[in-house]
Amino acid sequence: MMEKKHKAVALISGGLDSMLAVRVMQEQGIEVEGINFYTGFCVEGHTHAIRNQDKDKQKRNNALWVAEQLGIKLHIVDVIEEYKDVLLNPKHGYGANMNPCLDCKIFMVSKAVEWIKENHHNGFDFIITGEVIGQRPMSQRKSTMPIISEESGADDLLLRPLCAKNLPETLPEREGWVDRSKLYGFHGRNRKPQIALAKEFGLTDFASPAGGCCFLTDKSYSDKLVDLWKARNSREYEMDDIMLLKVGRHIRPSAEFKLIIARDAGESKFLEGYRKEFISIHALSHSGPMALVDGKLDEEQYELAAGIVARFGQGRMADEVELDIALPKQGNLQIKTPPLSAEQVLQEWYV
Amino acid sequence: MSKQTLDARKMLCPLPVIKAQNQIKQMSHGDELDVICTDPGALHDIPAWARINGHEVIATQQNNDELIITVRVGA
Repeated sequence: MMEKKHKAVALISGGLDSMLAVRVMQEQGIEVEGINFYTGFCVEGHTHAIRNQDKDKQKRNNALWVAEQLGIKLHIVDVIEEYKDVLLNPKHGYGANMNPCLDCKIFMVSKAVEWIKENHHNGFDFIITGEVIGQRPMSQRKSTMPIISEESGADDLLLRPLCAKNLPETLPEREGWVDRSKLYGFHGRNRKPQIALAKEFGLTDFASPAGGCCFLTDKSYSDKLVDLWKARNSREYEMDDIMLLKVGRHIRPSAEFKLIIARDAGESKFLEGYRKEFISIHALSHSGPMALVDGKLDEEQYELAAGIVARFGQGRMADEVELDIALPKQGNLQIKTPPLSAEQVLQEWYV
Repeated sequence: MSKQTLDARKMLCPLPVIKAQNQIKQMSHGDELDVICTDPGALHDIPAWARINGHEVIATQQNNDELIITVRVGA
């Protein structure tokens, strides 16, 4: 009788580690499928699609690309709504910025556990990740590994092929589905062992994002998110909010409103899509960027807002720029105003 | 065989892929799905997703800023 082929589901980020973890399992005859979670904060795709300067770069989704290289299926799961609770109430706190990395990992592994149960007819036996002890300061430490296994509910069904030798035996190892002696004991931030293993497997093209693949590890993004919460006096957010934080210059000249000013034609076009929901401002007498107003813009502040937008267009040196202010459901009005000088746009306004 | 449409306009990748994936899960082998989208990233991501999951992109049309990607559901 043929022995049953065991199946694992792998958390795929699109980076090298999860790619290697899958290859290590495939070497041992394990059948693997990938799962990838979309939180809304993923760096993947978005900014490439929006900004002009990135248009020449290949707009590939790294998780899909990795899955294709590995010859595995990939299931992408939308967790935008559920992720709000992870971000707003992280039991284990935040990292250097607004990144709740440990809670995030626990959440994703728990979603994988849930997914295995929902797809039990497909016979998945265990879960793998590309985690490496000491690789990330917050979530990938020796002390956090058992916390993730336990709090996710995965317990000993969670195998980390790249650092398994530094961890207690898991069920797949004990049952002999996986040969522990052929797993790895990587640790620390040094990437050389991974690069060497990639070479051994003949993998030459892989993504190596410096700050991971999440906007929440980015200081500038986190600052904008905190500013948004503070200005609204609420930490609620919608998908559009977190998308708009990825686009344009954000300038807050007043507690009541901020301007989101496009940095190129690609961003202008993207912001145009929001003109039904937001007040928008753009120059008529000169070419210039599209800008959205987030918050409440009183009539006496029209000139200030228009003057700032004028500053970022071709009319920045002109005596006067004519701009259009479009108020959703109320119509448009035109305003002529001198552009603010560089010094008049105060540094502390930049979010 | 049934033909369905998915409106994924204004969505940025990977959302058009996720929506297509979820709709295709409810469809049968041989059915076709027209995904209407505006993010050019979908031109790359939907075919990649289809290839690895055993589906096939059988047509791609572009009307101004709108793309229509037709996926035939695999077995």
